[in-house]
Amino acid sequence: MAPINFWVLDNFWAHLALFGIAIIAFVLLMVMVFIWFERRAFGPFQLRRGPNRASPWGALQPVADAIKVLLKEDIVPAVADKWVHFIAPIIGFLPVLLIFAVVPFHRGHGLLPDMNIGILYVVAISALGVVGVFMAGWASGNKYSLLGGMRVIAQMVSYEVPLVLSIISVVLVAGTLSMNGIVAAQEVPYFLLMPLGFIIFLIAAMAEINRGPFDLLEADSEIVAGFHIEYSGMKFAMFYLAEYGHALAMSAIAATLFFGGWKGPGDVYLGILWFLLKIFFIFFLLIWARVTFPRLRVDHLMGFGWKFLFPLALANVFIMAAEVIFWGGADGGVPWWVIFVNFPAAIALIYLWSRLFKFGGGRVDVTA
Amino acid sequence: MLADYGLLALFIIVAILFATMLPLVALALRLAGIGAKRKPNPHKDTTYECGVQPVGKAWVQFNFRYYFYALVFVVLDVLTIFLYPWATDVKGLAEFGLAAVAVFVAIVCTAYVYAWRKGLLEWK
Repeated sequence: MAPINFWVLDNFWAHLALFGIAIIAFVLLMVMVFIWFERRAFGPFQLRRGPNRASPWGALQPVADAIKVLLKEDIVPAVADKWVHFIAPIIGFLPVLLIFAVVPFHRGHGLLPDMNIGILYVVAISALGVVGVFMAGWASGNKYSLLGGMRVIAQMVSYEVPLVLSIISVVLVAGTLSMNGIVAAQEVPYFLLMPLGFIIFLIAAMAEINRGPFDLLEADSEIVAGFHIEYSGMKFAMFYLAEYGHALAMSAIAATLFFGGWKGPGDVYLGILWFLLKIFFIFFLLIWARVTFPRLRVDHLMGFGWKFLFPLALANVFIMAAEVIFWGGADGGVPWWVIFVNFPAAIALIYLWSRLFKFGGGRVDVTA
Repeated sequence: MLADYGLLALFIIVAILFATMLPLVALALRLAGIGAKRKPNPHKDTTYECGVQPVGKAWVQFNFRYYFYALVFVVLDVLTIFLYPWATDVKGLAEFGLAAVAVFVAIVCTAYVYAWRKGLLEWK
């Protein structure tokens, strides 16, 4: 159990009220900070300055955007399915909030960080967001948005399996599904112990949250804006919120699973600061990937998920399992020196497998 | 443990209420006369297809191309879910558990290799 220091955490209703409000405030605030951070980071990457007019360093830019979008006209197409069109952003945003129910924020505190199925719950809930996106694409009555909705399912289907397998390798070593248990088990951060698992998790997470090189569902050069063409005003803002909220959730989960969550050198009261620092570091990796790599072609996207990530994720699971069984201590876990085995193994596997498989030639044969 | 799931259920209700509230706030602002009024006209209410008049409906039958991916996905996703109970106690199940899981994964992956050889993993 987490160390409980305050009377308020012992009370069921006070706990719910405190962390319910804290999680909602955290998500809204961090999404604004993330939008600002991403736009500021994009500036130097693209040899420009980024937002710098609204207050020093443009820090109030997301606030201005939020007020503007709240006051915009709400346009619903005449052919749209009105109810589904209204519900879709709500369904899309809901899982983002729900993921944070099991994330340990500060020294093991959170709404439910000790829940015994923690990471399985995260996997189940985070896949729900795609339903909202598909509902939006279908309900708009627009051909492009329907294509975007179809693509997001194809992409989710392809990258869900590597994501879940890379999480299994964490569970293998930690020996528990509880988020607090996984943090407690990490004496050495797991991105050092299983570099292959971390890389696969990061790539699959990028694809799951439809960012970076994997944003095919809103490829503006192909299908206008994808599923949210027909959305404006607050409903569009909710999709924006859900997108960045999902990026925040994936960063928080990666920080918890692979970087030791709130653990870090120094005073234990620095927990939340270490957690935020790790979240920002992982989000910076996501930004870096987004700004560096061009968007993938759809057949390359599917081939990469199925032919490259899935076999490597499976291999990673068996490598980690064998290491836990043959080298691990009496109560599971792996010794720290497997770093020297796993890094060369990861490099060798990535190199060899990238030699072995190939995409389906230079162009796609479109046959009806 | 029961209290944990009760907490989760209550939090789900809180989250649903909050998520539903967001579009309603925009609606309330509009009714209060602060936000932009809704001024529909036939041209604004058509779907946006790069400025061209939309032809026909979007809800037609078409080939969405990932039917076989979805089938393979169902098989492999069930495989991963069966790996979770084993993963929580790898050390306790030891070599026998590893061998058993290897056999299980090999059986399922036969289907995966078959799908690959048949060219189902190509997007076409």
